[in-house]
Amino acid sequence: MLAAPLSKLFQNLSLSLVCLLVPALPVLADAVDYRNQVISIALTQEPPQLNSMLATDQISGFVLGHIQEGLLRYDADNRLAPAVAEHWELGAEGATFWLRQEARWSDGKPVTAHDFVFAWRNTVDPATGSEYASILYPLKNAEAINRGDQAVESLGVQALDDHTLEVRFEKPTPYFLGLTAFPSFFPVREDFYRSRGARYAADADDLLFNGPFKLSAWVHGASLRLEKNEHYWDRDRIRLNRIEVPYITSETRSLFNLFKDDKIVLAGLDSETLQDALKQRYPIRKFSDGSVFYLEFNHRPGHATANKALRQAIQAIYDPAELVNKVIALPGYRPGRSLFPLWLGGVERRFRQEYPAPVVQPDPEQAQRYLAQAKQELGVEALPPLVLLTDNSPGAAKQAEYLQSLFKTRLGLDLRIDRQTFKQRLAKMTAGDFDIVAAGWGPDFDDPITFGDLFASWNENNRGRYNNPEYDRWVRVAQTSSDPRQRMDAMARLQTIIIEDVVILAQYERGLVYVQHPRLEGLVRRVIGTDPDFSGARVIQP
Amino acid sequence: MTESHYAPRPGDFDPLDAAPQAQTVCRPPLSRVQATWQRFRRNRSALISLGLILALLLFTLAGPWFWPVDPARQDLEQISRPPTLGKVALLVADDRPWHGSTAEPPPALPDATALPAPTGLTILEPATTRSVRLRWEPVAGAAGYAIYRSERPPADRADLGLPLGETWSGNEVGYEDRLQLEDRSYYYSVVTSDGFDESAAFAVVEVAVAQGITLADARSRGLVGPDAAIGDRVRLEAHPLGTDYLGRDLLARLIHGARVSLFIGLAAPLLFVLLGTLYGGLAGYMGGRIDRAMMRVVDFVIALPFLLFMILFKIAFGIGPGESGVLPMLVALVLLSWPSSARLVRGQVLQLRHEPYVQAARLQGAGAPYLIRSHMLPNILGVILVDLTFAIPSAIFIEAFLSFIGMGVVPPTPSWGSLCNEGMNTMLTHPHELFFPACLISTTVLAFNLLGDGLRDALDVRLTEGT
Amino acid sequence: MLKFMLQRLVSGLVTVWFIATATFLAMHAVPGDPLLNDKAVPPEIRRNLEARYGLDQPLPQQYLLYMGNMLQGDFGISFTQQNRRVNDIIRAHFPVSALLGVAAILIAAAGGILWGALAALYRNRLPDRLIMLLVVLGISVPGFVFAALAQLLLVNVNRWLGFTLLPVAGWGTPAHLVMPALVLGLGLLAFLTRLMRSSMLEVISADYIRTARAKGLSPLRIFFRHQLRNAILPVITVLGPAIAAITTGGFVVELVFAIPGLGRYFVQAVQQLDYTVIMGTTVFYGAFLVLMVILVDILYGIVDPRIRERGHD
Repeated sequence: MLAAPLSKLFQNLSLSLVCLLVPALPVLADAVDYRNQVISIALTQEPPQLNSMLATDQISGFVLGHIQEGLLRYDADNRLAPAVAEHWELGAEGATFWLRQEARWSDGKPVTAHDFVFAWRNTVDPATGSEYASILYPLKNAEAINRGDQAVESLGVQALDDHTLEVRFEKPTPYFLGLTAFPSFFPVREDFYRSRGARYAADADDLLFNGPFKLSAWVHGASLRLEKNEHYWDRDRIRLNRIEVPYITSETRSLFNLFKDDKIVLAGLDSETLQDALKQRYPIRKFSDGSVFYLEFNHRPGHATANKALRQAIQAIYDPAELVNKVIALPGYRPGRSLFPLWLGGVERRFRQEYPAPVVQPDPEQAQRYLAQAKQELGVEALPPLVLLTDNSPGAAKQAEYLQSLFKTRLGLDLRIDRQTFKQRLAKMTAGDFDIVAAGWGPDFDDPITFGDLFASWNENNRGRYNNPEYDRWVRVAQTSSDPRQRMDAMARLQTIIIEDVVILAQYERGLVYVQHPRLEGLVRRVIGTDPDFSGARVIQP
Repeated sequence: MTESHYAPRPGDFDPLDAAPQAQTVCRPPLSRVQATWQRFRRNRSALISLGLILALLLFTLAGPWFWPVDPARQDLEQISRPPTLGKVALLVADDRPWHGSTAEPPPALPDATALPAPTGLTILEPATTRSVRLRWEPVAGAAGYAIYRSERPPADRADLGLPLGETWSGNEVGYEDRLQLEDRSYYYSVVTSDGFDESAAFAVVEVAVAQGITLADARSRGLVGPDAAIGDRVRLEAHPLGTDYLGRDLLARLIHGARVSLFIGLAAPLLFVLLGTLYGGLAGYMGGRIDRAMMRVVDFVIALPFLLFMILFKIAFGIGPGESGVLPMLVALVLLSWPSSARLVRGQVLQLRHEPYVQAARLQGAGAPYLIRSHMLPNILGVILVDLTFAIPSAIFIEAFLSFIGMGVVPPTPSWGSLCNEGMNTMLTHPHELFFPACLISTTVLAFNLLGDGLRDALDVRLTEGT
Repeated sequence: MLKFMLQRLVSGLVTVWFIATATFLAMHAVPGDPLLNDKAVPPEIRRNLEARYGLDQPLPQQYLLYMGNMLQGDFGISFTQQNRRVNDIIRAHFPVSALLGVAAILIAAAGGILWGALAALYRNRLPDRLIMLLVVLGISVPGFVFAALAQLLLVNVNRWLGFTLLPVAGWGTPAHLVMPALVLGLGLLAFLTRLMRSSMLEVISADYIRTARAKGLSPLRIFFRHQLRNAILPVITVLGPAIAAITTGGFVVELVFAIPGLGRYFVQAVQQLDYTVIMGTTVFYGAFLVLMVILVDILYGIVDPRIRERGHD
């Protein structure tokens, strides 16, 4: 019964064993090759999903950002720039995009408006089961279609002709242009997609490219090769002929060793490899990646953390600067002072410059008063131990241990660490099986609402079930108003409520410390969009 | 061969004289245990390892009494420090936030291509591990400044060291550094920026940072009396083996970690060897159909890929909040490891069953309890003991391995494996964090291995006589 | 003989079924499911996802479905890499682990036999003491410490030489294999050396060696024809289980040296609770081990009829 398929499998295995002895790629190449303009990099993980309609993670986003292109893209100065769309008009009801004639797929055929319509319809189609379908909800009828209530043809996007794309909104979406640079909005050509069936994007041959590079080889788990796409409309911008990805590992130390051995051009550092890099006298670079990490309280009734005085007591002993300086101890990280990170744009300048977050200084005496109040309100002599849910990454454990000690010494509170693997932590988060959970949020687009609506009562990501009608009201204003000033005012209200009601405690804005090859130029790091972006990079002369 | 040359003579069949040729017993007969001990004692490395194991047990059990330091107490001013016998620290005021230093904005110059380095870079005293505060004179045309820190004098612009941070306007001319400072010299560099690029020139200042502690901290840790004042010097706690990544005492963590590691290392093998012995013994003793059925179960469990199931079981059992995760690991280990002992014991029992003396005893009407007590158990005890001693080091390794892939005990519970794993990350900069736990693991594993060797040799009469 | 082989095969298949069921149960006992992600999805999207993977069916149904597919040799589609079949993943990554494992075992067996014999011949003299010191290190230092130290050593050697003597990490050429295989084989090498040494010591004092010596055979001939051949037997017996341990035990080495083996995939799959990959990997490894054991049994049966008989009782 089982023997036949198994023996077939073994046969295949022995065949591929032979193939393996013949090297697939010349992986001993140096980090940079000036003459051929080739660089080598490492990925921390195999890209899980290169189907742009299904991809959700950062690694896939990185590869997709190099091999595909949407209507708009982010340029070297991190501003939105024309890509497949040459120009556009954005209104409250919808938007129109005029696509450039010279945009081509890697087989030479033009990129048309139909390719966008196909991809977007497919993404919201319930049969596709796309996890990121909700990012298309600003499109008219998208949500209803995804629920299965309407036909996909009713989606608010239409190809007026081959090069004109008309979009209709469900409600005003002032940040829509930023969305079009996101992988879920990339085009997919129907005839090619249909010809590949379920294998679409499974291998290098099962993809079509309209971005600066094309994926020319993909040995799963081992290596990828990106080659310059000669059919890319803006090919003169691209200086690199090839990007080799001969290594896939998440071990920071291995990555740094590869960098030291001149095998890769970029390596992220942790606090230990950082010391090593300093010893080697490498120039250290840093970059804030835009994510915010915070402690989320459980506001469900029955949890001690639903009590505001207790949350205030915790807030009064908590100093994010100490966490960042002593425990994380990496430059580039910023102490968390607000749900809204520093880089977000406001009306004219940065949001946080226009609306500074209220500052709460650590105050041990005040904390004791809050604690006494909490005990009284909860009607207990001593507070029960609180459960801190966290994942099993080394950094998370370190922070949890720090918090445990802090709660014990400053408040006399017992904090129980509940360390779970990735999916188990998510299961417990979703079920509300925690008092405090260490969570974070990475932005999807460049607008404060990507953070602001997190704690709206209807948001699925509001794992602590915070429910405040006033908060909800301001979220609605921020979502639907088309007046920037009014929107940002609403956002500032949200910021104040978060801090005064201690909905969460911001921990830090994540930073990245890294070393980069001295002969690599033009590499762009981005908060939103493809990061790191090698499309404008080049190797300079030795 | 000798038989063929033997030609019996009539005299051979005469009875012997009883008295002169009888054996004289000059020493009391040795029991099996005594004999084994005698042979064991002759094995020097086995004796040493026995001593080592006793010392390790003493370290674990009596350690907290000799070194009553709380393994969970963190000292964020002394993170990852090498062994010290107590540093002297400067008492400083409880820190209040410093909002830097702002100068009147100087007139901006249009030419911002070659901005000079700031002048008048100074340190505000006192510079301690709590914080170092810098200030400098504003530069005309600057849109901000970038601050770097290095442990060596910078050789050139590319060698300024750690990019600490930046200020965002030309008149913001102060910076407070609190990023994991150690009591040593630092070189701070400040570079002017025009808002996009940093200029090529830089200003450097050297600072000798003193170990600091806030008055409140010193009081709560009982280091000073009520009359202590800011500026006094106090002696901090000793850390004979240094501290870890949260400033916890490594010796205390090793002592407490020993409890976890040795507990898993001893309890798991004890349990699964016991279980395996009972199971295997029963199967072997019963024999026939029952034996075959029982061994089929053993075959199943042995066929499970060990590490894969170890990981799978461990997460399937789940670890609740506040639990250390020792129990799930123990259960998983026992569940997956008992069959090999069962197989071993069953084989021995099967063999013994066919031994003539056992058969003889049975024919004489000996019951099962007697057979097991006087024939089976003494004969397989040695094998079980050796099996046990070799199972201990492998259990300790498995614990370490699981910690390495992040599936070991849950922090803050220390174990040698997790300490080792944490130390691995810092092996270049702070080798003591890897060295001590790795040493303990290696010593323990080695000691049990040598003890096992010694036991096996001592129990195996044939081998000892041969050598 | 045929009956014996058939018997083993049937019991092997039952064992594989047992492994599959045990994995299925253990996996579904883990709280959470593979569809959860960092960013929560609206309920309607979640329903779509569940339908796609058949997770909306009751558990017994899922079990039957899975077993049915497995009987046809189909392990399903990965949850994290949604367009890759688990069969493809195994086919791509198992040979890597196997190659690494085989290389490690070759190194360990060759080194262990040679060193062990050498140590026994020079018993209690300098070579013996040196070898035993290395053995002690090999047995008592955890593998992950070795792996990290070895990589560090390579970096420094390469930098000092100014060219890449051996790659620091990665996979693809024979040069990539050397260091990981060495590190992976080290523990086994130490173990085999020790085993070989004691087995050799036993052989040295055996009667037939004395006889051979008395016959006036050359020491070299005695060493190869009599001592080595007889002393090697116990080493060969432990090699079987060692293969299994080493092919699944390559996790650490695969992680540290960035090798795309199946072990690394499994650890990742457990984190992601990727049901199909976990099932596929475990069942495949289980089947592989069972097959190995059967092969060894049959081989023994051919070589030594006594074992065949004992197998029956």
